[in-house]
Amino acid sequence: MSYAVKNLAQGSRELIAFRIGDQEFCVNIMSVREIRGWTPATPMPHAPPYVMGIINLRGAVLPIVDLSARLGMQEAEPTARHVIIVAQVKSRIVGLLVEAVSDILTITEENIQPVPEISSDLEKQYARGILAIDKRMICMIELDALFPEKESEAA
Amino acid sequence: MDMNEIKEIFFQECEEQLAELESGLLKLNDGDRDPETVNAVFRAVHSIKGGAGAFGLDDLVAFAHVFETTLDCVRSGKLEPGQDVLKVMLKSADVLADLVSSSRDGGSVDESRTRGLVKELEALAHGELPSASGHDAPKPAAKPAAAAAPAPKAETPKPTDDSGFQPIPFTFDGFGQEEEPVIEGSTYEVVFKPRRELYSKGNEAALLLRDLSRVGEMSIACDTDALPDLDKMDPEESYFSWKISVKTTKSEDDIRIVFEFAEWDCDLEVKFADEASSDEEQPMRPVPFDLSILDDAPSAEDDDKQAEHGADQTVAEAVSAAETATSVAKAAGAAARAAERKESAAAAAAAAQNNAAAAAASAGQTIRVDLDRVDRLINLVGELVINQAMLSQSVIENDATGTSSINMGLEELQQLTREIQDSVMAIRAQPVKPVFQRMSRIVREVADMVGKQIRLVTEGENTEVDKTVIDKLAEPLTHMIRNAVDHGIESPEKREAAGKNPEGTIKLTAKHRSGRILIELQDDGAGINRERVRQKAIDNDIIAADANLSDDEIDNLIFMAGFSTADKISDISGRGVGMDVVKRSIQALGGRISISSRPGFGSTFTMSLPLTLAVLDGMVVTVAGQTLVVPLTAIVETLQPEASAIHSFGASQRLISIRNSFCPLVDVGRVLNYRSTQANPVEGVALLVESEGGGQRALMVDAIQGQRQVVIKSLEANYTHVPGIAAATILGDGRVALILDVDAVVAASRGQSLRPEMSLAATG
Repeated sequence: MSYAVKNLAQGSRELIAFRIGDQEFCVNIMSVREIRGWTPATPMPHAPPYVMGIINLRGAVLPIVDLSARLGMQEAEPTARHVIIVAQVKSRIVGLLVEAVSDILTITEENIQPVPEISSDLEKQYARGILAIDKRMICMIELDALFPEKESEAA
Repeated sequence: MDMNEIKEIFFQECEEQLAELESGLLKLNDGDRDPETVNAVFRAVHSIKGGAGAFGLDDLVAFAHVFETTLDCVRSGKLEPGQDVLKVMLKSADVLADLVSSSRDGGSVDESRTRGLVKELEALAHGELPSASGHDAPKPAAKPAAAAAPAPKAETPKPTDDSGFQPIPFTFDGFGQEEEPVIEGSTYEVVFKPRRELYSKGNEAALLLRDLSRVGEMSIACDTDALPDLDKMDPEESYFSWKISVKTTKSEDDIRIVFEFAEWDCDLEVKFADEASSDEEQPMRPVPFDLSILDDAPSAEDDDKQAEHGADQTVAEAVSAAETATSVAKAAGAAARAAERKESAAAAAAAAQNNAAAAAASAGQTIRVDLDRVDRLINLVGELVINQAMLSQSVIENDATGTSSINMGLEELQQLTREIQDSVMAIRAQPVKPVFQRMSRIVREVADMVGKQIRLVTEGENTEVDKTVIDKLAEPLTHMIRNAVDHGIESPEKREAAGKNPEGTIKLTAKHRSGRILIELQDDGAGINRERVRQKAIDNDIIAADANLSDDEIDNLIFMAGFSTADKISDISGRGVGMDVVKRSIQALGGRISISSRPGFGSTFTMSLPLTLAVLDGMVVTVAGQTLVVPLTAIVETLQPEASAIHSFGASQRLISIRNSFCPLVDVGRVLNYRSTQANPVEGVALLVESEGGGQRALMVDAIQGQRQVVIKSLEANYTHVPGIAAATILGDGRVALILDVDAVVAASRGQSLRPEMSLAATG
């Protein structure tokens, strides 16, 4: 944690950028525990459509979330080229299925632009800012907002 | 190890002693009059007092002392432990527990309560019975206490005040016993001069002399002539010698045996002497023999002290670790004797068993281990099991014949892993006793608060279950006990009006049943008022006003969220966070709870919990392409259904006939939403299961893969509870498989025709 604090003090922070379909997103690197390849998940009964199932992460049971479906986009059809971002969300560990990890970004607060006024509630819920880097648009998302404790209980 | 750590150990021991104390008192309360029980109670308070003294916990010492004094009256038979006396004592035990915890964690104790109890205890010690009702205990207690304490040792300054026990100033005179009888023997003169080697080999002259004192009456003189001035003294040299005259009936050889191991390292002369010559050979004045100061082993001293003090009482109180075996035998003997008296055979046997177990526990060597370390070990062993399974699988894949030496070795490895796993699990298994004991205090306190008379009967408290289960059991159980006392049992007046014993009984039972632990909480109260429950449920919008519910369903409404039938909200229970919370915490443990009630006769709550939260024997099956594990304990039999045995029943139900009885068929794939249409039963396998709610069901699966022990992995840690699924596990190929919650699946199938959503949510 001291690492994050240090970076913030200098006004910069590190993010991991990844690709889903033709869009790019990023999350705070501090919440990412590891990145691993796709392995078939065991589907869960009574699960919401974005929960792909659970896998074995060195002895622990890890739920895999299709981030594309969770963000309201098309459901993913995972291939061996897909990756799982293992992220810490509050007290839980969740695997996020994405198409590819594209970048590690070091940014300062000035790089972050506010999310434009849009009508969709879903995007407003998770989007925390927009980055413009090399003419790309990268949406910064807040995992805690995406998986509130209540939500997964409702699942 | 610093002081705080030692203190922490003391507090841990206090907890054990308090548990011992309470269980002893409860046994006395049930009419057990085994002296060993009284002694155990006494020892518990005494040890707490001793430890507290060492740490300067004055409040604790003061109270424990008064308590101990009164207990001593019981021990010496001056005070009959009747119901009234024991009530005071149980309260005192509670206060003692409070004092211990306040000494540990800070916080305050209800001082007026403490003072009140001190007065009551002192009154008891002085032979006054509690004012409430002083009629039922016979009164040998009226005798002044001091008169009843005999002082068998003449020469000892007897440290006895009128309470009968005052342990601090202490003279060791345990050897005095040998002095009393007049010895008609011969006198031997012994000259014992140890050499330097004797000390360097770790022998100790004092111990040899003490052993010698056991041979007969002796007087001893130390010859210090050889002792040089301090500046010339070699601290490792031996300078002393002793002249001892021993008067004994035993032979010279017996004296020599004492020095057997030191023979080569000392000059020893033993010769027969008559009275005259002994005088002649002892120019120095013989000193009366008192070796008390030599004995510095505190625990032995402690026990001897007690034995000494109560020499007129049973020998058992001198119990030290070495003598525990005797006390076990004694307990067993007591059981045998009691068993002859038929009326209390069962209770006494149980008591003796407890005694024996307690004695055995204190005799066996134990260590304290940090729970985290055990958990780590258990996790590692869990991984080992998975790893071993993966290894087996890949060997089997590569070696189809199964005869190679690798295969043989692997089989052995499998057995070893299993044994390791069992042993590790056994480390965590603990009797439910501590939790049950806590409940008796709660019953006492709550009953006092609401003015009811309630007796808690516990059964099967030695039933062992995993530590994690025990830890998590206390909270829901407390809640239920409070509920039972507050709502379940009626007031004494109402009970009498109903023709019942004004004293209500709550029975708490634990037993093992088919790989689970079953805990029953039974009260003999009014039972559930179904009309009121129903009305309340309608008022709270839990059910529709015209809902048609069976008695059983109404009873189970009390587990719904936000349900409380207490007309007025009391301090004790009825805050509206009632049984639904209990139910949820039981479910979080992988357990189930149900209630049955008979109006006028009381209610019974039945909880069924897994014995361990770590491993499970399961049958691995395939359902709609998915691998599932069905707990083996649930399965009664497996069968391949024939088309002729399947009968359609109504629109969607199917029954299977098994030996002329019809059993509903449950398609697991449908219940878990793996497939949308019902599978053809003839193509699959039926698992006949027995569920908690009673009744059998045939679960349809596609195929059976095999049977194996699986390590249970929590789904809740990273995900959430899934209805119909108990947990997950990792199979040999490293993939995750789900463990079926048979009872939930059965309940879901039962509810499907009625109200699928609710029963899934409520029972999952």
